[in-house]
Amino acid sequence: MSTVKFTFDGTDYRGNKGEPLSAALLRNGIKVFTESSYLLRPRGVVGLGYEEPCALVQIDSGSGEPMVPSTKIELVDGLVVRSLAGVGDLPISPDKARYDKIFKHVDVLVIGAGLSGIKAAAKAAHKGKSVIILDDQAQVGGYLNDKNEKINSKLLKNIKKNNVVYLQRTTAIGLYDQNYVVAVERRSDHLSSEIIPNFARMRTWHIRASEIVLATGGFQRVLVFPNNDRPGIMLSHAAATYLHKYRVGNFKSAVVVTVDDNGYQDAIRIHKSGTKVEAIVDIRAKVSGKLVKEASKLGIEIILNSTAVDTSADQTGAVASVFVAATKLNGEVIGNKREIKADLVAISGGWTPTVHLATYLNLKPVWDSKIAAFKMPKLPQGLSSTGIANGEFDKVENLPAKFFGIIPDGEDAKVSFIDLQRDANVRDLRRAVGAGLTSVEHIKRYTTIGTAHDQGKTSGTTTMGLLAQLIDKEPQEVGTLTFRPPYVGVPFSALAGRDLGILSDPIRTTPIHPSHLNANAPMEDVGQWKRPWYFPIEKENMHEAVLRECKAAREGVAVMDASTLGKIDIQGPDAAIFLDRVYTNMFSTLKVGSSRYGLMCGVDGMVFDDGVTTRISENRFLMTTTTGGAARVLDWLEEWLQTEWPDLKVFCTSVTEHWSTVAIVGPKSRNLLAKLAPKLDVLNEAFPFMENRFADVAGIPARIARISFSGELAYEINIEAWYGLHIWEEVMNKGREFKITAYGTETMHVLRAEKGFVIVGQETDGTQTPQDLGMDWIVSKKKDFIGKRSFSRSDTAREKRHQLVGVLPLNIQTLLPEGAYIVNEGSSNTSGKIPHIGYVTSSYHSDALGRTFALAMIADGRNKIGQFAEVPMGDKVAQVEIVDSVFFDKENTRRDG
Amino acid sequence: MTTKRRHTAHLPEHPDFLWKNPSLKKSYDVIVIGAGGHGLATAYYLAKNFGITNVAVLEKGWLAGGNMGRNTTIIRSNYLWDESAGIYEKSLQLWEGLEEEVGYEMFFDQRGVMTLAHSVSDLRSKQRNFYANAVNKIDSQWLTPEEVKKIAPIVNISPGVRYPVLGATYQARGGIAKHDWVAWGYAKAASDLGVDLIQGCEVKKIKVENGKVIGVDTNQGFISANKVAMAAAGHTSVLAEMAGFRVPLQSRPLQALVSELLEQVLDTVIMSGAVHVYVSQAHKGELVMGAGTDAYNSYAQRGGFHVIEHQLASALELFPIFSRAHLLRTWGGIVDIAPDASPILGLTPVENLYINSGWGTGGFKATPGSGWAFADTIAHNRAHDLVKPYSLDRFVTGHLIDEHGAAGVAH
Amino acid sequence: MLLINCPWCGSRDETEFHYGSQAHIGYPEKPDELTDTEWAEYIFYRENTKGWFAERWVHSVGCRRWFNIWRNTQTHEFGPSYKPFTKQPSRPK
Repeated sequence: MSTVKFTFDGTDYRGNKGEPLSAALLRNGIKVFTESSYLLRPRGVVGLGYEEPCALVQIDSGSGEPMVPSTKIELVDGLVVRSLAGVGDLPISPDKARYDKIFKHVDVLVIGAGLSGIKAAAKAAHKGKSVIILDDQAQVGGYLNDKNEKINSKLLKNIKKNNVVYLQRTTAIGLYDQNYVVAVERRSDHLSSEIIPNFARMRTWHIRASEIVLATGGFQRVLVFPNNDRPGIMLSHAAATYLHKYRVGNFKSAVVVTVDDNGYQDAIRIHKSGTKVEAIVDIRAKVSGKLVKEASKLGIEIILNSTAVDTSADQTGAVASVFVAATKLNGEVIGNKREIKADLVAISGGWTPTVHLATYLNLKPVWDSKIAAFKMPKLPQGLSSTGIANGEFDKVENLPAKFFGIIPDGEDAKVSFIDLQRDANVRDLRRAVGAGLTSVEHIKRYTTIGTAHDQGKTSGTTTMGLLAQLIDKEPQEVGTLTFRPPYVGVPFSALAGRDLGILSDPIRTTPIHPSHLNANAPMEDVGQWKRPWYFPIEKENMHEAVLRECKAAREGVAVMDASTLGKIDIQGPDAAIFLDRVYTNMFSTLKVGSSRYGLMCGVDGMVFDDGVTTRISENRFLMTTTTGGAARVLDWLEEWLQTEWPDLKVFCTSVTEHWSTVAIVGPKSRNLLAKLAPKLDVLNEAFPFMENRFADVAGIPARIARISFSGELAYEINIEAWYGLHIWEEVMNKGREFKITAYGTETMHVLRAEKGFVIVGQETDGTQTPQDLGMDWIVSKKKDFIGKRSFSRSDTAREKRHQLVGVLPLNIQTLLPEGAYIVNEGSSNTSGKIPHIGYVTSSYHSDALGRTFALAMIADGRNKIGQFAEVPMGDKVAQVEIVDSVFFDKENTRRDG
Repeated sequence: MTTKRRHTAHLPEHPDFLWKNPSLKKSYDVIVIGAGGHGLATAYYLAKNFGITNVAVLEKGWLAGGNMGRNTTIIRSNYLWDESAGIYEKSLQLWEGLEEEVGYEMFFDQRGVMTLAHSVSDLRSKQRNFYANAVNKIDSQWLTPEEVKKIAPIVNISPGVRYPVLGATYQARGGIAKHDWVAWGYAKAASDLGVDLIQGCEVKKIKVENGKVIGVDTNQGFISANKVAMAAAGHTSVLAEMAGFRVPLQSRPLQALVSELLEQVLDTVIMSGAVHVYVSQAHKGELVMGAGTDAYNSYAQRGGFHVIEHQLASALELFPIFSRAHLLRTWGGIVDIAPDASPILGLTPVENLYINSGWGTGGFKATPGSGWAFADTIAHNRAHDLVKPYSLDRFVTGHLIDEHGAAGVAH
Repeated sequence: MLLINCPWCGSRDETEFHYGSQAHIGYPEKPDELTDTEWAEYIFYRENTKGWFAERWVHSVGCRRWFNIWRNTQTHEFGPSYKPFTKQPSRPK
């Protein structure tokens, strides 16, 4: 065992590598670790593991971590910690450590590598099953390991088989439906106090197992009596282990206070380690057997029918003596107090099986009076428990007593602690009962017992036991233990894993993306897509860039990457019928080679997506959807096909990523297309609006669609995705002579708004019908389609619904904020609520109009065209006129060039 | 490294006496089913505002053991639609005087609620929300990312975040309260006014005669009542079925989590629908966070751990400082959600039977307003103006109050 | 993380699926002939059963197919899964 250096509260100490920090601190003579959270009482270490209620530290070395039990820190050179009193400090520096996740399926998962767990794993391994055995400790053996007892090496060989994975320092934190366990493995803190580069500090395991064996062992309980919280008062198993296994030698004399035979075992271990045990104080009336004899032989006085009823402290606050007295099992003290000097008071308050994992599935633990503890209930198929966890305690000579402590009144009640971390005591418990509370859940909340970092591992059963003693009931009548995952506190980082930064959500980019990056285009997040927002030249701001881009599209030629639009290839003999049912308008009448704009509604009649669909051949359509709606639309189509219309022979395939789309827009786009596709007859008569042509563009086979989202003459060139960048570059090259201008989403929005075209998700929020958007023309009267029936519901058919209109600020420079509410003229200064008539959905500066303009949804809007209204904008008010929603080229004279 | 020891705020103690545990009477003027926040508040306002004290609140488990004891305690009223703004603002106004009114400390703390926007379209919808609040005279501010940082320095506003912060709405009057204390405050006040709080009393059947409710069958026998009010959140569908009508609700798991007690790093409430985070730091220092609902119907009060993991990853994107906080406890409630993510309130097809349900993920903040308006509705046997828009009838007419936009972050 | 048995692919983690609520709700044959109330029932009303519930899921990131399955909403226990338009297995006990 090598010696290492560590720092506690600014002072350097030495300890043995790998031992618990708490052991090293004790050996260095530190008994008072910290103060309690609320009452500022001195506190020391109580336990040996995650049950520790007091001895928490903040780790400042390595990643840094708040509130870690010192009992669970394996000593390593250079460790820097400080004590804390119930409140942790979040390290400010970024966590540079790595955290991983791993997913596994196994036949058998054993949780706990004590003797019972190893036996269970060995049995499964022997049958040839795949096995994971995970264990919270650094070594196998569980509490036998604490006692320095070795496990049979033959048995151990079984868990070294190829079909067995043994995970040490791995804690199962949750058990979920269908035998799913989440466990966290601590991989590097015991190796180095520094962060180890390129090495996962922790790894979160997600394990699905056909069978799970809970071999989770148990916890020893504290006993409640006045001043039971002084440093030097520990659980007897922990005390014996510190003294015997970790050779902490600086206690002078000990008293063991017990309710069971474990107290005798631990007393013997303590005594043999060199600390004199003055007495074993046992609440039971009669005990016999080997352990009792052995203790007596060692000269340990055995005081029966008695328990600890108080302690005294030295000047540091650590325990100096314990007072014992004859006491009844209901906690009533009947004898005189007798003082026994001891700087170690070891408590054996009985053991509680660790049932947490099972309770996460809402299984209720059952009280077993034989072991005086709650144990696992009947477990469902695939889940079993073994060993201490199952209430199978070591063979005892004398049954444990059902006793949880004494329940004093007055001042003594205030210092008789149940939950040491929360400073919750008997007075709190008495008050809770007096307040009319009967449910243990209310008592927990009233007293805060069980809500600290340890989640009541030592205090849970004690609370219920004391309560039962107090109101004279059996513990099971008081309630059941409820625990919540995780079993132990886990750093957020370990659970976030690597799903951070660019891995937090996939980034989707088009094949043309590198060119946009070269052009320094700021990006807009649209769903998972990155789309160029605008293309600034030199120091242009967005406003300037957009005006320039718009001008180019209206007067020359401009180009946009439209590849992100969702694309669904719809094939089959019934494809046309299918589209008739999902779109509000007809698609069965669409000619091969032609495209049509379509609108989709939900069953509630509200618009939920739109796009242009092209009939590629008789039984094949290519549907486009909004960029953000592609997945939703495909799911929608599949749902209808599979669950309503399985008779339709239609197949839908997402092809969004398969095609790149380059839109060339503007009066000069025809000239540009002629250059790009010399063999194509581009004349208006030969290639009319809403038709498609197949031709080579810059040597690449392309489908060219004459569609327009700007009102201008425009073409969309669709090529297989891997040619996307090439075509974009060719378009830019060939377009140079026309002063081609790239534009982004913002210009696209301005151009379409000038024409009164809606954007689903901007003009709509899921509460608009096609009629609200002024699109009655697209709603077929001849056929049924999804959502049609909803149009005739009274509210949906109501006149004066909010309708799409245009809004023009009277001051042509005033840009209305999108989302601003519109009110009647003269009402902006109303002192109370201002009745509103609608809201602005889109608002822009327009180069073509030479002014600002907006689209809006206004109640009865179409009838209000020509009227004036107001838009309150903070301390200003804009006067506006309500106008038609088409601002530019109302006669559609420009789309043919 | 210097030693640093600090101590957590010591909360005041609950009163010496909370509520009586009376034995069940044979008959009541009003039976309220469900002793959650809404049920207790309803009983309190029935007694306080209308002098109706012959009231029993029946609870099948323990008082406030459902969503009332499981939520993330966020309070705000800055909703989009006028109808929502109406009832939530009434609620907020009641919150503002509640501790004094019922005489119980509730840790109501108007530390502000911030809702972040992460994309251009997100920004647009938050702006609309902001302007809607302005015309409804609900306090609301618009924050730039820099202003976000000023109020909450731990938010990562760098453009390098996957979905960077582009702006936020901020309601300064919003905040948090301590849920148990709120429930217990209402319970004590109701009990003091003579309301019977009956725990461990499960309603097995709602008795209806000639289209009118006459009482309830329980595990403790039949209890007659002139009026019966349902305030049973996730279990509303089960109750409605007992009374012979249907409600368009789905019950889903909603999970939340807390860390250990930590030094204060956040003194406001931050929500982000786009990245599914809402977080506050409670008075004692624990981080309280919520996740989205799990996808499926459930009455099990638990959800999947992947939801928690996703939630923590999202949180770390925005709050890198949380990386080493410990997940200490997770739990689940059952939230009842209507198709438009708004509550269902008011009268039912059964005479003298009233419904208060569908609060989904937003129930806690509505507690006072909901109880107040529901009590009024019960007392007068007609829907209060704030309650009217939330009738069952809206699903027939199509006049929904679609808070889906807000529902992702309606906490 | 539920483990859901897709009748085409076998058992997979919940994150591969999307939920579709109550099974066996058919699109009305003649929507025009329904009253507004009946239509509202179709659009908005789904059972919210506590206990065994026949529900729909779609294996979104697997075979992308819809199916029905029995699940107990109180215990998260699964009963048999079955393909759409096949005979519904009886309610598990």
